[in-house]
Amino acid sequence: MKLVTAVIKPHKWEDVREALETFGVTGMTVSEVSGYGRQKGHTEVYRGAEYDIALVPKIRLEIVVDDADAQDVVGIIVKTAQTGRIGDGKVWVSPVETVVRVRTGDTDEAAI
Amino acid sequence: MDGYYAFMLVATALVLMMTVPALALFYGGMSRSKSVLNMMMMSYVAAAIVGILYVAVGWSMGWSGDGTLFANPFDLFWLDGVATGDYIYVMFQMTFAIITVALISGAVESRMKFSAWVLFVPVWALVVYFPLAHMVFSCTEDSLICGRIGAQDYAGGTAVHINAGIAALVLVLLLGKRIGWPKEQMRPHNLTLTMLGAGLLWFGWYGFNVGSIVFAGEEGEAFTERFISETGRTFANTTLATFAAILGWLVIERLVHKKATSLGAASGIVAGLVAITPAAGAVDIGGAVAIGLVAGAVCAWAVSLKYKLGFDDSLDVVGVHLVGGVIGTVLIGVFSTSEGAGGVDGLLYGGGFGSLGDQTLGVLVAVVYSGVLTAVIALAIKYTIGLRLDEEDEVNGIDLAAHGESAYDLHSGSSGSGSSSGILAASTSSTAVTSRNEGVKA
Repeated sequence: MKLVTAVIKPHKWEDVREALETFGVTGMTVSEVSGYGRQKGHTEVYRGAEYDIALVPKIRLEIVVDDADAQDVVGIIVKTAQTGRIGDGKVWVSPVETVVRVRTGDTDEAAI
Repeated sequence: MDGYYAFMLVATALVLMMTVPALALFYGGMSRSKSVLNMMMMSYVAAAIVGILYVAVGWSMGWSGDGTLFANPFDLFWLDGVATGDYIYVMFQMTFAIITVALISGAVESRMKFSAWVLFVPVWALVVYFPLAHMVFSCTEDSLICGRIGAQDYAGGTAVHINAGIAALVLVLLLGKRIGWPKEQMRPHNLTLTMLGAGLLWFGWYGFNVGSIVFAGEEGEAFTERFISETGRTFANTTLATFAAILGWLVIERLVHKKATSLGAASGIVAGLVAITPAAGAVDIGGAVAIGLVAGAVCAWAVSLKYKLGFDDSLDVVGVHLVGGVIGTVLIGVFSTSEGAGGVDGLLYGGGFGSLGDQTLGVLVAVVYSGVLTAVIALAIKYTIGLRLDEEDEVNGIDLAAHGESAYDLHSGSSGSGSSSGILAASTSSTAVTSRNEGVKA
């Protein structure tokens, strides 16, 4: 099993969720996060004082999938979340040793 | 006369609204989320304290008779000897005392002990505001600014705005900077509150300026004619100066910082209203636009001075009220017309430098009187109960430390009925709507 983690632009989150549901992903964990990459935030002006706002709001998705589905899920996220402009985000995949469904005690593939 | 009385009832309520809630909203939005309640409470509590003190001795110090600095505080103590038919004039002047004290609070955002503020408010009103109001508004022959110097001040450029502005500067210098200023980012936490507050201040300001009409014993037709022509002038001047100041502020911002901001528009509103306050009766509409433009543009620049000079006037009481008040009061000497309420021609209308000199002297008296006595009061508090909030309390937020409250509950997802904010909350609710619709279909 793989854990797919994606950090994307907030306004793309609904599109990505729909695309993943259509593909068959049944659940995910979503959080509102903030951070920065190479674009380094933006500048705001209040009464002449310029503020460098380093942190940009993002949405982080965490999805555990079968090994076979991992590349497809990554592809869907990249295709749907892409705007081509700076700050589109990142997706990465990491190995998962074991998964347990709390309600039933099912493990691994049966628990996804 | 009946109409005038009804008008004064409305004007008085409007001016009270300028403090509660307009100024509280204007300042509250610009403060940080951990100190917004304290910021607003400083206005609310100032209203309560100054209001009662004004009825006790304030009216008497202002209006019971002659005096260079103030009249006898006990002649009309607790309105003894004032007919209830005259109460509305007491209430009207009371609202001016309230907002002047409340204006100062913006400079000391999030770090002045609430107990120190509660002590500062009545002492400052008693020692600084009540006398200055007498010197300016109660125009007896020996009252210093109006009677002796002969400076024009229609609604309080000196007594209200310069007074509060210089007091704010002195208080900030004695209180010190907020922890982290100017390195740490201290953005306004809710500019929609500030926009609302600025709009309400503007609305209330019609009571402030237009309601400040004073009669010289006219009766019958002459009274009506004077009332109608002068209120028309002050209403139009108040409006046009404000429009001009919005544009003045935004143009400077756009040129210097490449953006015309909403906070700039809100600040321009206040700067224009401040500057036209002393001049509302003296100038024609061209003069009003000129004063507004100058005030908007100069104040937009003046608010950056605190970074160069290193004083943390948190919400720019100095840059807007002191600077705007000086601009409006001094420019009367240039734009005043003898057709106006003061009957004096300024420099531009062939009156020479006489009026300009009087106006400048009036400003200086207000600055020195208020500046020196504010320093005395603030130092006395500093070395007795202390002015400054405990460092840890300041970092955690004065709302919690002083009032035991927090303004917003945005993070209670795990501990009760609150919901998370932003995009996820929106998504959650749209899902709920979808499933309800499906339920209907089924």
